[in-house]
Amino acid sequence: LPAAAALGASFGVLARTAHLGALAAVVMSATTFAGSAQVAAVSVLGAGGGVAAAVGAALLLNARYAPIGISVAQSFRGRVVTRLAQAQLVVDESWALAGGGTARFDRRVMLGVGGTLWIGWVGGTALGALAGKAVGDPSSFGLDGAFAALFVALLVAQLSDRTRVTTAAAGAAIAALLIPFVPAGIPIIAASTAVLVGWRRGT
Amino acid sequence: MSPAWIAVVAVGAGTFALKAVGPVGVSGRRLPGRLQSLLELIAPAILAALVVSETFGRGRGLALDARLLGVAFGLVAVALRAPLWAIVLAGACGTALARLVS
Repeated sequence: LPAAAALGASFGVLARTAHLGALAAVVMSATTFAGSAQVAAVSVLGAGGGVAAAVGAALLLNARYAPIGISVAQSFRGRVVTRLAQAQLVVDESWALAGGGTARFDRRVMLGVGGTLWIGWVGGTALGALAGKAVGDPSSFGLDGAFAALFVALLVAQLSDRTRVTTAAAGAAIAALLIPFVPAGIPIIAASTAVLVGWRRGT
Repeated sequence: MSPAWIAVVAVGAGTFALKAVGPVGVSGRRLPGRLQSLLELIAPAILAALVVSETFGRGRGLALDARLLGVAFGLVAVALRAPLWAIVLAGACGTALARLVS
């Protein structure tokens, strides 16, 4: 809970620097509840990228929730509204701690972890967004480097086999080549074509 | 609606739908294997692109600056199997330190 709150607070501060109001930042944390995609969208907006590029980059990053959700679909029961609400608590951490990817996925653990993280994340965002103005220039605290490190950590966790490493390398190369030539956000979206490199390799 | 709010609503609605696909739409069924592996490869590709843009991107260009030390600190924390919050903190400390001494 404190960890989620701390990350949420950093997101709140970042959102303010990208001219996202405090209310917009909190609403985004409450409804999207996917830190990496939120940081991606807000970074693109802050770097002067268009709305479409920001939304596209965030949703591509969240595309992984379709296969994740399908992999645990059988453990969800009850009415559609219940399942719809519970599905929103699936995030990387709650899925992994509940045994996602194994045969013994525990939906109750997922709901407990997910619910706790949600409270920390939304509360932290509110704190960060409201206190953001008081802390001065966030770059002097290394906030930009903090998010670079966040993406490094999330990337390393994804590199579970050689196909994924190849795909990531191709994605990084595409982004590096395009950044000087196209508006912010577009290189991120274009990097998704790297899946074709890994896909051909993997099949 | 301001651009920021449009992004908030669009990302929220899109993510809601993506998370709902499994538990509400296809309970009991499976995706074709090739489509499944394609969707799973998107995250590493996008995250690698974000690492590049957050570490080296500066406007319309690439730059080597204080963020590089932050990422290096972050990588050390990753290697030490530190929790996510500690990795992020290491990134902030490394970057702030580099700015302080430069």
